[in-house]
Amino acid sequence: MRIVVDLNRCESYAQCVYAAPTVFRMHGEESLEYDYSPDDTVRGQVERAAVACPVQAIAIDRTEDDVTPAEARHGQQRR
Amino acid sequence: MANNGVDASSSSSSVERVVVVGASLAGLRAAEELRAEGFTGSIVMIGDEPHEPYDRPPLSKTVLTGWLPAENTTLPRIRDVAAEWLLGVAATRLDRHHHEVHLADGRRVGFDRVLIATGTRARPWPDPVGAALDGVFTLRTREDASRLRARLAALPDRVLVIGAGFTGSEVASVCRELGITVTVAERSAAPLAGALGGAAGAAAARMQRRHGVDLRCNVTVMSLEGDSDGRLRRAALSDGDVLDVDVAVVALGAVRNVEWLAGAGLAADARGVVCDAACRAFDCDAVVLDDVFVAGDVARWPHSLYNGELLTVEHWGNAVEQARTAAHNMVCATTQRRAHKPLPSFWSNQFGNNIKSVGLPPYADEVVVTQGSVADHKFVAAYGRQRRIVAAVAVNMPLWLDFYASQIEARGPFPPDLNAPDGPEELVPVSAGFPRPGQATHSAGVALTGPGPSTPSAAVPATAPPQDPRVPPGPLPLH
Repeated sequence: MRIVVDLNRCESYAQCVYAAPTVFRMHGEESLEYDYSPDDTVRGQVERAAVACPVQAIAIDRTEDDVTPAEARHGQQRR
Repeated sequence: MANNGVDASSSSSSVERVVVVGASLAGLRAAEELRAEGFTGSIVMIGDEPHEPYDRPPLSKTVLTGWLPAENTTLPRIRDVAAEWLLGVAATRLDRHHHEVHLADGRRVGFDRVLIATGTRARPWPDPVGAALDGVFTLRTREDASRLRARLAALPDRVLVIGAGFTGSEVASVCRELGITVTVAERSAAPLAGALGGAAGAAAARMQRRHGVDLRCNVTVMSLEGDSDGRLRRAALSDGDVLDVDVAVVALGAVRNVEWLAGAGLAADARGVVCDAACRAFDCDAVVLDDVFVAGDVARWPHSLYNGELLTVEHWGNAVEQARTAAHNMVCATTQRRAHKPLPSFWSNQFGNNIKSVGLPPYADEVVVTQGSVADHKFVAAYGRQRRIVAAVAVNMPLWLDFYASQIEARGPFPPDLNAPDGPEELVPVSAGFPRPGQATHSAGVALTGPGPSTPSAAVPATAPPQDPRVPPGPLPLH
């Protein structure tokens, strides 16, 4: 799974660290660090972290959208 | 024209294909917002890097410490964009007449609307011979970060960081965390002086030195020298010192990716692509265009909160917000267009400290600590200009910035009237100490680049504040 945290919004409440300790951590007292690609086995924890965040700064992927490789399109002329 | 699910009375009823040039944060968020707006036409994403959009802030932090693998930085999709992705191929030309983007491999991609979101790249070391030495790095892409991480993991004897803006300071922080000896050369009088001013920069200098950084200010690197195998060996400084170094990180700020727009007839130069507050590009006759939009680091636009002066902002949050506004304005009814006028904000983590900023510190002439204590590394500083608060910076006190943001947006007084229990008894502002306009600083992150169409003439200072006397204004003397 993939996540991103809006660290402009983050106010270091650290609720996510309690909810998903292998994904989020504090570096010093106020600096949040996190893994953008946590294992799917902790998805439940990450979902709870996103809900628990007092400033709702955690965004989780909502799609399995396909990225078509450029090679597959090669030679295709547009209009 | 096809039914695209958008208000049929608008000019957007003719929009069938949107091409987004630049597949990073701004491009991705724009594509998501187009779908959120109900756009059902086709979206083509063009990116010169071979990767899906990924996030850059960790590249100078957790990726360098080794905690986060560089490939683990891919951005999540907040919604389906169902785009056609053309990755690993650069756009080389914008043909406005034929409504086509030309690609490096010869393909041409037609558009009804195009978003220019090509961002910036790292400013390279100016001497190509020195830049090509093994051990000389810049830091912008995932590959840059992977290469530098591998070198730092081998624990070099000494790393030289050239430029103490945010990227350079964060790299120095990582070096110290890894126990690596690091020298930082900064051309101005203090680290972060371009972004936060010399007064706050002096506090940053103490912080760096306390963490064991060999910080050299008012000094610039004159040359990088290698051995016969092409490996970096030495760096010569402007004060005559010569350092033995294995690794040099060139952190001299960013260059805007505008070269591909040559000949497009846009108001674009090294300062960025000029657009209006609705993110529509200006052509070189100052005519605003309805089919060419701009967002992110490459955009230069008049901000109403700053007298309509043309701003460039290299911040994560600005890329997100400007992309969303541009996407909305691309497909909305002409009466529904929104202005992009966010309060600039950014953050940095370095030396165990969290630094957050709202507003535009370089717009200020004075600064005052309003809460906490610099000695305790926990404080808020407010920035003012002409008795109005224009910015605030919090170190290890992120909780308070929302309040300051509301004061800045309301054009509240400076010094602010707080009565904070953790504030000083009396607020005594000092000079913020920003470098003179045009004086080289390594990475301000934001720049006021001149008056816009609505800027009152009195708002542009006729005289510049004095330059730091220790930086020679002219060429360096021969020696």
